Parts: sequence; structure tokens; C-alpha cells
Amino acid sequence: MTTPSAARLTREYPARYRLEGARCLACGEILYPRRLVCPACGAREFAVHRLSSHGVVKTFTVIHVAGSAFKHQVPYILAVVALEGGGTLTCELTDLVDQQPEIGMPVELQFRRIQEDGEAGVIAYGHKAVPR
Amino acid sequence: MTVGIVGYGSYIPRRRIRLGDIAKVWGADENAFERGLELHEKSVPARDEDTITMSTTAARRALMRAGIDPARIGAVYIGSESHPYAVKPSGTVVAEAIGATPDVHCADLEFACKAGSEGMFIASALVRAGEVEYALAIGADTSQGAPGDALEYSTAAGAAAFIFGRENLLATLDAQTSFMTDTPDFWRREYMHYPRHAARFTGEPAYFKHTKGAALALMAKVGATPQDFTFAVFHQPNGKFPMRVGRELGFSRQQMLAGWLSPWLGNTYSGASPMGLTAILDVARPGDRILMVSFGSGAGSDGFIWTVTERIREVQALAPTTRTQLDERKLYVDYGMYAKLRGKIRMGE
Amino acid sequence: MRDVCIIGVGMNDWGELWDLSLRTIWTQAALAALADAGVDKVDAMTVGCMSGGLFVGQEHLGALLADELGMAGIPATRVESACASGGVALRTGFLEVASGLADVVLVTGVEKMTDCSNDEATAALATAADQEWEVFPGATFPGLYAMMARAHMAAFGTTREQMAMVAVKNHANGIHNPHAQYRRAVTVDEVLNGTMVADPLTVLSCSPITDGAAAVVLSDKETARRLAKGRPLVRIAGVGLATDRMALHNRADLTALNAVTAAAQKAYAMAGVTPEAIQVAEVHDCFTIAEIMIIEALGFVPRGQGGPATAAGETGLGGRIPVNPSGGLKSKGHPVGATGVAQAVEVTLQLRGEAGARQVAGARIGLTQNMGGTGASSVVHVLEVIP
Repeated sequence: MTTPSAARLTREYPARYRLEGARCLACGEILYPRRLVCPACGAREFAVHRLSSHGVVKTFTVIHVAGSAFKHQVPYILAVVALEGGGTLTCELTDLVDQQPEIGMPVELQFRRIQEDGEAGVIAYGHKAVPR
Repeated sequence: MTVGIVGYGSYIPRRRIRLGDIAKVWGADENAFERGLELHEKSVPARDEDTITMSTTAARRALMRAGIDPARIGAVYIGSESHPYAVKPSGTVVAEAIGATPDVHCADLEFACKAGSEGMFIASALVRAGEVEYALAIGADTSQGAPGDALEYSTAAGAAAFIFGRENLLATLDAQTSFMTDTPDFWRREYMHYPRHAARFTGEPAYFKHTKGAALALMAKVGATPQDFTFAVFHQPNGKFPMRVGRELGFSRQQMLAGWLSPWLGNTYSGASPMGLTAILDVARPGDRILMVSFGSGAGSDGFIWTVTERIREVQALAPTTRTQLDERKLYVDYGMYAKLRGKIRMGE
Repeated sequence: MRDVCIIGVGMNDWGELWDLSLRTIWTQAALAALADAGVDKVDAMTVGCMSGGLFVGQEHLGALLADELGMAGIPATRVESACASGGVALRTGFLEVASGLADVVLVTGVEKMTDCSNDEATAALATAADQEWEVFPGATFPGLYAMMARAHMAAFGTTREQMAMVAVKNHANGIHNPHAQYRRAVTVDEVLNGTMVADPLTVLSCSPITDGAAAVVLSDKETARRLAKGRPLVRIAGVGLATDRMALHNRADLTALNAVTAAAQKAYAMAGVTPEAIQVAEVHDCFTIAEIMIIEALGFVPRGQGGPATAAGETGLGGRIPVNPSGGLKSKGHPVGATGVAQAVEVTLQLRGEAGARQVAGARIGLTQNMGGTGASSVVHVLEVIP
């Protein structure tokens, strides 16, 4: 997704801006983002679930060669973060001060600028992980 | 009707640059800034931090302290001179991100460094009028000074957010006032990247005149003297000005220390005096009275008098304090990285 | 279901083919396979291609390439499953012959990756991951595999050296493959000290950007016997295709390739074999860590033992189960849509005993494993020599 269109960004606001996912009413699976069918049990009824902003790093990498949207930000850390109370996502891990990334590191999600459609285009916001 | 603050929060980016590293690049005298203006280092926003992101985090922290449903916030005002969009509000993003939409009034404000306190002024008035139950006012900036200009040594990044309400107050708003004239001491024309300023004209006829004017009018309004306050905080474009204006008004250094952030933070513009207020609230005790006066070039000042309530004790630890963010886990960058982060390098097409 | 045989194979010399277009490299491979089979017309064809649209701005490859081959009129389909497009095209061709819908089917794969900028190629490849929830926040393809590598290292103690051995082995094999893009040896030190792409993966831990095409001709057994010309008959004995959760972060175990395991189990069951029966395998080593995880998922080695087994030479040419004698994606190249078909080309040559210096002696049962994205889709074929 090199140039995020306004419509494409806007429809994901609940998940990207407010970390809204869904909890399957049948099996309790936490989905992020929401979808129409539970991947765990196939049920189709959900409650809105607001993800915790606290979690831990499940795995990570330091990206040195990036796509065009991120190429001037290398090196940056990308991580899979498992959140307290359920929900897992891929996001950047940033603002490490005198510490190395590691599996199990406690992190918190913070609202950040993710990418932008050039100097004149729309700005995409979302969440990144920072050390707790 | 009593109105006041039900929640407050601040955000300071982790990155810093030492003023000596800026002075070295431009052949300037580091001591002129260190001693002359009492500035040592300043915060620098990362590429992924802007007025919107800092405002959102500060607002979420204010919500943690307020403990209210964000849907009950009826107004969101963001004061800044560095809104990421020239056209399209910052406030809509913040309101959406904290869950205040869609039943909410929203406006982006701009009045140089006092845009944040303008929002506080309007928010408290709307709550007092009964128009909205809660109102959120934020002062935030990622301000820029032209490379090599004196401003480059102070322009910093940070945000402070306040939620106003009528119940469960952690500080009551006892009085507010505004003092304003047309004084072109500092400006940025449409489409210009960096602001221009009128050098020493920014001092006496602008900062000092308006800050004192608002402070004196405010104290006269409630019949108070400097001795009636535990804390005072003034707009802090550098380390020196707020201490001098406070001293000239009759405040002691002790009264001003808690809110004096600029020597190690820089000038966060619309965030400056509001962030000082958050640092004071972090350490205040019930019964403490606080005087806050902002200043915005152009020029004018907003003044507020607050009295801290018992509830302050319950909320101080619910979110990161301003001093903790200022003093801990700092990430120093050199001028090259600073220039990159601030978009001062001409990039390829 | 009818027996399906591979009666012809062909591919062009892979690399950065600046003077050749997608349609030309594809036609070279198709003509080679048709010549090898000894047929000049087919009942249908399939084209495995990940992204003609993003790499060269061309879709509708079925019609375009049938026309290029002078066969306008035949049924022709483009098949896509990211980097597994070739393998899935093979399965599609298999189904056409097995069902009796066609007797002779040309199965092809192609990718022309150097007509766009590096940034565009990176973006095109990244479409194999979840655009909204992996790529949008900053994932790259090597980055996702690097996170799998980290998880594998943490779970099983897999080392950077063990991963590097995959590259060393495959490059050593690729020297003997005249069609390979990088016919040169690499050392563990060269791999480890190469430019970092996504820690712990260096540039030599990653498969390259390649232009290339490959083709095989399938037929029913009777037709195959008629055209055998005394060569061993190679039958597709087992076929398996499976999928997994698309985004890496949605998988409970980041060190497992569930689609590979599921596809392999289907293929083994259909062929009536166990992993121990496989004598040669071509697997999807898009990154060094991928081969380690794949040989575990295929059941060649126990879970977590992919690294030590590789370091011990078990997957080398003279080892217990030779993996990627062709040089694999690492050395031979990885024109994504062509890779799955080229794997079948190699295993067919191995089973026929025509693989030259990289021949696995006496191989009669072989396997191909092709994979899309970070393993969200995988296709496995078991090939055997029949009397």
C-alpha cells in the first residue's frame, strides 16, 4: 500500500486510531481488526473489544532495507506484539533508550504517524510500540 | 458555577539535542544561550511525532486521570502553530482517536504561543455556560526555527491536555482573563516554512508588557497578591524570561521552580505554560493556589488562577508525570539527525 | 482420477535478463518443454505468475502467452498464489489431466522482475503479505521472515551459522546448474558478514530478484508411454495444497509452517509414502530460515532440528535427504511465479537421471514444495518414477 487513499485509511479508523477489535461471543477469541467470521470457531456474532495498550514483544527484527514509504527511517525495529487480554499485531517498536529489543520486552502502544502520501498527501496515523 | 480541571496529561518526545551541538554548527557562542538565556537542551520530535500524535497521547493521559467516558467530551480544542495540515483540523484526528466523536464541537486554534491557553479559556467558558459537560483543551507544538536563527536554540516539542468539567475537579478555576493588543513581534506568513521575529522588540513591548498586563489584571480581579500563591508559571520562551517577569511581578524563584521547564525542554510554544501547569499539578497539594499566564506573539496573554482540591492526590500517579518525561530516558541526537528529523534536508524527488 | 505424468520439462537461463521481455522468456521455456516432450500442440495451458500487473503492468497472461506461442484458441489460465503461483499452476494442470478434461497440458511459470525499480519490486513482493496489517505498519518480506527466524532462534537455539549453511549448501549445488542465476560458491563468513537486510538475515540469506520462466508438459499415462522414447516415466503421485492464517501475527506458533505440513500430509497420503521415502526434494528457500523451517514441516527432520541437520550436511548432495540440488531459490534465482514449476523441472530431471553433476544417485521418489507469502499458502507434489 504505497499511497494510502483517504477512503482506505478512514474505514480502518476504529482499529488504527482506537485499537478497536472484536470479541467472539461464541468462543471469546479476540480479533484485531474486527471481521465477519471468527477464525477460531466460525461464529459470526461479536462484541466490540478495545485492545489493551500494554503487551509484550513476541518476536522482532531490525529492518535495514525498507520499502519506499519507510526507506528513510531505516534502521527501524518491527515487532509482533501480543497484547494483554488478547489481540496480536505487527507494528514498529521505537524510542528504545540504552536498551536492545528482545523477545518478552514489555511495551505500550502509542499513537504515532505511520506513513504519509508524500509532502502534500494525506497522513496516516496508527500505533507503535514503545518500551514500558 | 464552579468549573475546573478533572484531568490533565502531558507528552514530551524522548529525543533531545544539546544547544552546544547547534551552536557548533553555526559558529555561535554556546554561552550566550547557556548563561544568557538559561537554555541547555531541547526536545526534538521524531519523524513519527507531530502535534496530532503528541496531543492524542497527552489527551489519553488526561483521560486516565479524569476517569470519564470520552464520549461525554463535548468540545475539543487544539492550540498549535504547527498543525500538520494547513487545511484539515488536528482536532478531528484527536477526537476520533480518543473516542469523543461524533457529538463534539472541535476547533484548531492558532495564536502563536498562546493557542493552547486560548483553548483552555474557551473550554472552561463552555463548561461554565452549561453548553457541554466536559471540554478538552490541548496546547501542543513541534515548532521550528530557521537554521542558524536564535529561535533554533529554543523551538521544541511537547503537549499538555486538560479536561474541564463541573464535578470531581482536581483544581478549580477561580478566575481567568485575557490581555491583548496588536503587536507584530513575531509572525509567519502563509506558505512560509519558518517564522520571522522582531528581535529585541519581542521582549519589553511584547512578552513583558502582555504577561505583566494579564497577571496584574488577574490578581486585581480576585484581590490577590503574589504571596497568595504557592506556584506561578509563565510562558517560557527560554529559561530567563519567565523568571524575570515573575521576579518583577513579585514572585519568588521558589514559587516558579516547579513549572519552570524551559532550560531542559526548550520552548514548546502553545504547550509551554500549559506544560508548566501540568508539572505543577504533578507535585501540588490540596489547597495550593496557582497563577498561570501564557503569552502569544501578536500579541496577548491569557491568565488563570487555580486552586488545587483533595482529588489531586488520587490522580497524580495515574499517568506519567511531566518531570519524569523531561528527566528520564532521553535520547540525544546530533545536529545531522536533528536536521533530518525536522525535515531540514532537501530530499530527492 | 487418471494418472498424470510429466513428459517434458524446460526452462531458460535465469538472471537479470535486460534484453528479454516477459513474453520472450516465457516462450523460450515453453518451447523447450514442448520440444523435450516431443509435442507441438496441447489441449490447455496454465501460467503461474505472481504479479504481471505490478512487475510489468501486464495482466491477462493466459491469452497473451497462448497467442505468443501461436496457440490462440486453447483454454489458457493464469494462476496466482503469490510465490506459490507456479506450484499451484502445476496443481491446476494436474487436475485438468487427472479429470480427463485434457490429455496434454502445458504448465508454465514466469516472472519478469527487473523492468521496475527496486522500490517497485519490493512493493510488489510485499503484496504477498497482509497489506493493511503487516505492510502498512512497515513490514517488508525479509522482515517477516527475519521475525520467524528470531522466533525459531529463541525457541530452538537455531544459530546464524546454521542458517548461513543453507545458503552455502545451495550455492554449492547451483554451481552445477547451467540455468542458475548465481553459479558461485559462498562461505559462511560471506553470508554472515553481508549487508544486513532484516536482522538476522543478510543479503546472502535472501533469494535474489530474477527474471525467468519454466515449463512442464503433463499428460495422461497412455500418452506419456507413447512419447516416452525409452526415458523413465515420471508420475505426479501426490498433490497437496493448503493455507494458513495470512498474517504472521495471527499464527499461534511463529516457528511452524502449518500450510507446508498440511500440504505435505495430503501429498504423502495420496502418494502412499512417508517423508522417509523421499530421496530428493526441491523446497522454497526464499530465505535461509525458510528451508530450515520447511524441512521440519515436511517431516524430514524433527521440529527444531532443521538448523543442526543442515549444519551436519544431512541435506547436502551426498546427505541423507538432499534438498535443493538445483541450487534452490538462493542460487538458481527466484522469479516468483516460475519457481514452483522449475522445482518440478529439477525433480523430473533428477528422477530421469539427467541432472548431471548435481544428480542424486538412484533417486526414484522426489518432492517439490512451493510456498506463498510467509507460508500462508503452500503446495507440495510427490513425483515418482513408474515402470
